[in-house]
Amino acid sequence: MQEYLKALKISENVYWVGVIDWNIRNFHGYSTERGTTYNAFLVIDEKITLIDTVKEPFYDQMMARISSIIDPSKIDYIVSNHAEMDHSGALPLAVRDIKPEKIFSSQMGQKNLNAQLDIGMEITVVKTGDNVSIGKNELHFIQTPMLHWPDSMVTYLKNEKILFSQDAFGMHLAGGKLFYDEYDTWLLDWEHEKYFANILMTYSGKILQLLQELPEMNLDIAMICPDHGPLIRHQDDISRVLKLHEKWSSQRPEKRVSVIYDTMWEATSRMAASIADGVRSVGVDVEEICMTSSDRSHVATMISRSGAIAVGSSTLNNNLMPSMADVLTYLRGLKPLNKIGFSFGSFGWSGEAVKQLNDYLTEMNVEMINQGLRFKYSPTVEELKQCFDAGVELAQKLIDKIEKQEK
Amino acid sequence: MQKYECDVCGYIYDPAAGDPDNGVKPGTTFEDVPNDWVCPLCGVTKEDFSPID
Repeated sequence: MQEYLKALKISENVYWVGVIDWNIRNFHGYSTERGTTYNAFLVIDEKITLIDTVKEPFYDQMMARISSIIDPSKIDYIVSNHAEMDHSGALPLAVRDIKPEKIFSSQMGQKNLNAQLDIGMEITVVKTGDNVSIGKNELHFIQTPMLHWPDSMVTYLKNEKILFSQDAFGMHLAGGKLFYDEYDTWLLDWEHEKYFANILMTYSGKILQLLQELPEMNLDIAMICPDHGPLIRHQDDISRVLKLHEKWSSQRPEKRVSVIYDTMWEATSRMAASIADGVRSVGVDVEEICMTSSDRSHVATMISRSGAIAVGSSTLNNNLMPSMADVLTYLRGLKPLNKIGFSFGSFGWSGEAVKQLNDYLTEMNVEMINQGLRFKYSPTVEELKQCFDAGVELAQKLIDKIEKQEK
Repeated sequence: MQKYECDVCGYIYDPAAGDPDNGVKPGTTFEDVPNDWVCPLCGVTKEDFSPID
């Protein structure tokens, strides 16, 4: 297939040769409302180096961009920072057409690439501290296991001072601009936190460790180039992004409550409304999220932004609603920390849902403020008042917790 | 006491520190760590750990 696309220069000898996936809306269950990009980079030096590739169906687009400045067969090295298919899927085709002298990855990268793909050549393993000279520039490798796969590593390009950070510090955002400073801050912050919450939250401890180790490495970073979303080129933006990641990874409680529920005949939803109103009555921000019309990746973002949660479900065939099992299974995997909360739900006769919700909250180490609110059929006004009061109590406990932490 | 490293993600189990967050007291040798314990970083079982220097 023929494509006509241009490489975009981002620094003296470095070009963006990635692709924009405008239309993706479901990224393994993460709703990418604004699409995404798969960033790949070409370093023109004595040894021409391609850093990461793209998702397989976009191979031709990447090659077209590369071809706009050089004959792709002139590429000497390919670096694979991350073995996930959205960055490695096109690697076998690239190897076939480019026939590079070497491919570099971490040891787990070598294992994971070979376990997923038929690469067609040997992979050279590099580890933290290894340097490979490519002419004026030098590739410096730093392993970042579990950020967010065992194979993950980042590559620092000395001389041009660029940190190619693979999925760390990225976001899913397709756009006509390449750089972070060319977008509105509200949009960047929302998409960045959404990406953090859905992809990185579970490894918060590793992010904090990396943020601590980065200054000790004495890397002079002029630009951070993640594998998704805009490139960060200004010092104040770089510190801003690092600070935001420090804040999100620390998971200090935010003064906001998420009320997440699903309902059959509007009894549980009325309970949710009264709980949320109780929260609001003491001046704490609240969002009601009904899983009939929302998706799990939105909930994950809101969990990152909330110090407290209330989870509710009707009882359906002696179980909680499947949509609640879905979102709570997802959240449990993301390992949010430091939350307080409780469960609630209406039921007809047996009412197992609240106990099952409590089990999820226990596994997520949520500090529960009560045993859960369970009411039969349609809640009475008195029962709805209990919901309101529980909302007040949850919000008040959150305020107290935040004040205590600030002291 | 012998330390063990996770073959998948590189997490190091140090018996002196244990893994108190997941119910393993400091001073527990790797052999005495319960069989249902998993790597706190990536979630694989004890079988994926190897002794390190």
